[in-house]
Amino acid sequence: MTKIISAFAIGVVFGTGILIAGMADPAKVLNFFDIAGTWDPSLAFVMGGALLVTAIGYRLVWVQKAPLLGTAFQLPTASDLDTRLIGGSAVFGIGWGLSGFCPGGLVPALGLGMVEPLVTASAILAGMVVAKSAKSALDRGRAPAAT
Amino acid sequence: MTDFTPFLSFLGGTLIGLAVVSLMLVHGRIAGISGILGGLLSKPNSDEWAWRAAFVAGMIVSPIVLHAATGSLTKITIPVSYPALLVGGFLVGIGVSFGSGCTSGHGVCGLSRFSARSMVATGTFMITAMATVFATRHIFGG
Repeated sequence: MTKIISAFAIGVVFGTGILIAGMADPAKVLNFFDIAGTWDPSLAFVMGGALLVTAIGYRLVWVQKAPLLGTAFQLPTASDLDTRLIGGSAVFGIGWGLSGFCPGGLVPALGLGMVEPLVTASAILAGMVVAKSAKSALDRGRAPAAT
Repeated sequence: MTDFTPFLSFLGGTLIGLAVVSLMLVHGRIAGISGILGGLLSKPNSDEWAWRAAFVAGMIVSPIVLHAATGSLTKITIPVSYPALLVGGFLVGIGVSFGSGCTSGHGVCGLSRFSARSMVATGTFMITAMATVFATRHIFGG
């Protein structure tokens, strides 16, 4: 129960940061990308603030042996700069540039009572479901002798 | 046009950082929103599913909390059409799944860990997002 309450509270802080920063506002996000037009550099300050706190905070946290409510810190171990990483990120950027919503910006927007974020969320989830089956199909093709 | 808001945006960024660091301190987890959402697509039977659902629920109610605290509801403007939201959203879903992360997972958590994968991913999606906006606003649109 403690885990659920703390995750909820951290989610509230994360979402509040996104909203204050302007990351939930597609108009602002798209203007950040529109260097040749109505450029609004604000979101560089979001990244600056978040990176400053995280880069220092992570190192202070990792001095501990384990998280407060867990047995070990779970960090990604992959190190390959492979096609999936680069191709996937390229496709994500195209989608972000078309819609103005990244996943972190979208979730707090869901609580504003508007239709557009809900529509975008269903499209993102549909993309995730399709990608999940496409990935397992690709993996099967890649290692046919594994089973 | 949108207003240039360096102070509010920096403040929001530090709150995002605070949440990211807290999730590591308390739960030992990377705060990648696409990964957390993707985890919700698996069977809802574990502790793993529960903390993710609670985190997402907290994010969804955050506008209500902010409204209660400040007296004003955050206003957003959506300058694109429904087809753009649908196609764009679908590509976001595909892209973050194959790319193993988005702005939060690669852009904040990964860069803070000095992960080479995240640096490549963040550079890639920033460039393609800018190219897409350039194409829609200055080549095909406007």
